[in-house]
Amino acid sequence: MKLTGLVAALVGFLTSLAAPVHADVTHVAVAANFTEPAKEIAALFKQKTGHEAVLIFGASGAFYTQITHSAPFEVFLSADAERPKMAVDNGYAVPDTLFTYAIGKLVLWSRVIDVTNGEAALKAGNFQKLSIANPVAAPYGTAAVETMKALGAYDALKPKIVQGNSIAQAFQFIDTRNAELGFVALSQLHGVTEGTRWEVPLKLHAPIFQDAVLLKTGANSEASKAFLAFLKGPEARAIIAKFGYVLELS
Amino acid sequence: MLGMPDEIWVPIKLTIELATISTLSLLVVATPLAWWLARSKAWFKEAAAAIVSLPMVLPPTVLGFYLLIALGPDGPGGLIASLWGARTLAFTFTGLVIGSILSSMPFVVQPIRNAFAAVGDRPLEVASTLRASPRRAFWTVALPLASPGLLTGAVLGFAHTVGEFGVILMIGGNIPGRTRVMSTAIFDFVETMRWREANLLAGGMVAFAFVVILAMTLLEKRFTRAGA
Amino acid sequence: MTATHAIRAQFRGTIGKFALDAGFTAPAKGVTALFGPSGCGKTTVLRCIAGLLRINGVCEIDGEVWQDQNGAFLPTHKRPLGYVFQEASLFQHLSVRRNLLFGAPRHDSSGTKGAIVFDEVVELLGITRLLDRSPRNLSGGERQRVAIGRALLSQPKLLLMDEPLSALDRATKNEILPFLERLRDHLNLPVVYITHDIAEVERLADQMVLMEKGHVIGAGPLEDLQSDPSLPLATARDAAVSFEGVVQASEEAYGLVTLKLRGGVLTAPAPPAPVGERRRIRVIASDVSLTREAPGRSSILNVLPARIVSMKPLDTNEVVVVVALGSDGTGARLLSRMMRKSWGELGLAEGMSVYAQVKAVALAPGRGELG
Repeated sequence: MKLTGLVAALVGFLTSLAAPVHADVTHVAVAANFTEPAKEIAALFKQKTGHEAVLIFGASGAFYTQITHSAPFEVFLSADAERPKMAVDNGYAVPDTLFTYAIGKLVLWSRVIDVTNGEAALKAGNFQKLSIANPVAAPYGTAAVETMKALGAYDALKPKIVQGNSIAQAFQFIDTRNAELGFVALSQLHGVTEGTRWEVPLKLHAPIFQDAVLLKTGANSEASKAFLAFLKGPEARAIIAKFGYVLELS
Repeated sequence: MLGMPDEIWVPIKLTIELATISTLSLLVVATPLAWWLARSKAWFKEAAAAIVSLPMVLPPTVLGFYLLIALGPDGPGGLIASLWGARTLAFTFTGLVIGSILSSMPFVVQPIRNAFAAVGDRPLEVASTLRASPRRAFWTVALPLASPGLLTGAVLGFAHTVGEFGVILMIGGNIPGRTRVMSTAIFDFVETMRWREANLLAGGMVAFAFVVILAMTLLEKRFTRAGA
Repeated sequence: MTATHAIRAQFRGTIGKFALDAGFTAPAKGVTALFGPSGCGKTTVLRCIAGLLRINGVCEIDGEVWQDQNGAFLPTHKRPLGYVFQEASLFQHLSVRRNLLFGAPRHDSSGTKGAIVFDEVVELLGITRLLDRSPRNLSGGERQRVAIGRALLSQPKLLLMDEPLSALDRATKNEILPFLERLRDHLNLPVVYITHDIAEVERLADQMVLMEKGHVIGAGPLEDLQSDPSLPLATARDAAVSFEGVVQASEEAYGLVTLKLRGGVLTAPAPPAPVGERRRIRVIASDVSLTREAPGRSSILNVLPARIVSMKPLDTNEVVVVVALGSDGTGARLLSRMMRKSWGELGLAEGMSVYAQVKAVALAPGRGELG
């Protein structure tokens, strides 16, 4: 994965040499769970438009705080819908530019027990630790809790829950087998073959809308506006779907 | 407790417990190690010292990551935990103590090693000419003479554990009442933008650590001056 | 001196670049001085006796084997010795009292015959009023006295002292010497005493072991070594001989005291002293001149018949001559330093009878006197 990113960057650099005269740069704050698809999209964006999207990865909550303190981002790709809305409501983002760029897919994953029938595995409870992202920090965590409640298993499972302070950490707990199983984003399992998984039916939790918005700092930036437009386009959406996100709620 | 809601008081209590137990454990582990480093003539001594100092330069995320593996079912932690039917030492208070010990070790070993080295050979030679066995000489001469260094090590170890965010964040799992210490609680408050609670905890933490360090530094000065 | 009542030490080995091959025996009572220039290995030998340094050798004290050739080696803390270092090295974290008692046996041994008792030692060394002080608040001399007391209170069978006075200034040294003399007189303990100051040897030691470059080049009573021309003591610029004399008379009006020695009588300036008291006398080689005939009236008070024992040329156109007092030449030996020309012109030769003119005699202070 790192190698493709490297190649993509190289290709991006080389094609930038053949860019149109007024090539522009935009700084995009990207939610950590969208790292890999974002890199591919940015590379393609560069190729097609000549504009450069500089990606900064991190936690949405941290990004929001930084944005309210004049961080130099022009575009914000959040892991939730709440933060971009707050950005618009509090005057940091341009209204009418907000849209959902991906819908997150929650997955129950284990390297220790068989969770192919996830509901049964959760109800059986034959494990000591279940890993989720901290609900206050990541919408995937909130969705995990909602799922367990919908299945009526939350009370029984609550004492076994351990929280990672990010979705990446939740993943790490399961990957190192410290937690026998846990809820992660499907996009994190892209290219992962170990273990068993159960894709959580979308009806069991509130949809994880991942929204994007143009920030006030990028209001006059051609590259920024172009990036958001590209994100809505078919090529970007194909990449997004490839990584396990949902594009439309059916 | 003290008129504070549980979500504020329990992390504070846990943090103090963690820092205290870690510091005491550190003194027990670091003192013989520092003694050996100060006095050994083994060829690999400085290599060992460098390994002990590693946590000082490694980013907490790196340290935390390796700890996660070591504490888990694939590492020695898992082996120990299996003694009481658990799979891992991560997510346990014990795991946090181990993590704190490893990450604070260099800050405790260094001043104690220096203190032992400063004692030098002479007092121990004198002690041996006065019928003191090497063991008695250690307890009645070397240790008392090095005690300011031990105090410094304890202060640094305590302060470092209280302030330690990265490692605990990596291996704690944020379990209320068990591993949700001040650092994770503050993280939660910041994420949910509850600035008042975040400031309360963070500010309280800084003030507490400051008071402890100041008190122990003054004590150490008195200790070094008195001596009799 | 039987084999079971002596100190026997022999060491041979290399420490770094320094080669040591030294051995000596010493009587089980009295002060044996280990003397020699800096770097000759005196401290090394002492540390070997103490077990602080381990090299090949043998060490036997009063019949007890501390080290032998077959690998036996008693660790320092099991050896009943006392060690006084050059810099007092008191424990900074303990009071004077606790320093003193650090090596003392747990059980109260004050009833045992020959035991060294706390109160006596404290009085002997004059440190009673210092007992509750911290070592930080003591002067150099006070620290050293406490160090000596501490070594004694561990009930040692052997006392080792490594240049205990070297780090002190002259005034303090002279303050402590009487304490050491008292100790020597009171204690029934062998002492090995390192120094590079011949004056300390003269005042304190009964026996001397002379070392040079890691070897022992002479051992025996002080005056024998001092008057041996093959040893560096006799050929040194400030060569002197010191021995004991007995007070015969005092001439208070002139401030003189007469002492009897083997083979003669010497008069020296000194306050009056009781008849029969033993005093140490020191005669410097360059203060002694020789004549072939009895000299006429001279301002020099001390003119003694003597016989030439030997002569050794020095590289400065001078020679040093050893003379034995008494017309039969069987008395105490003196050194005389003169120009080679004088030796030649006077036609002096070994065995010849001569008169020794001693221009100055120094008398070590008596009991109760300050140095």
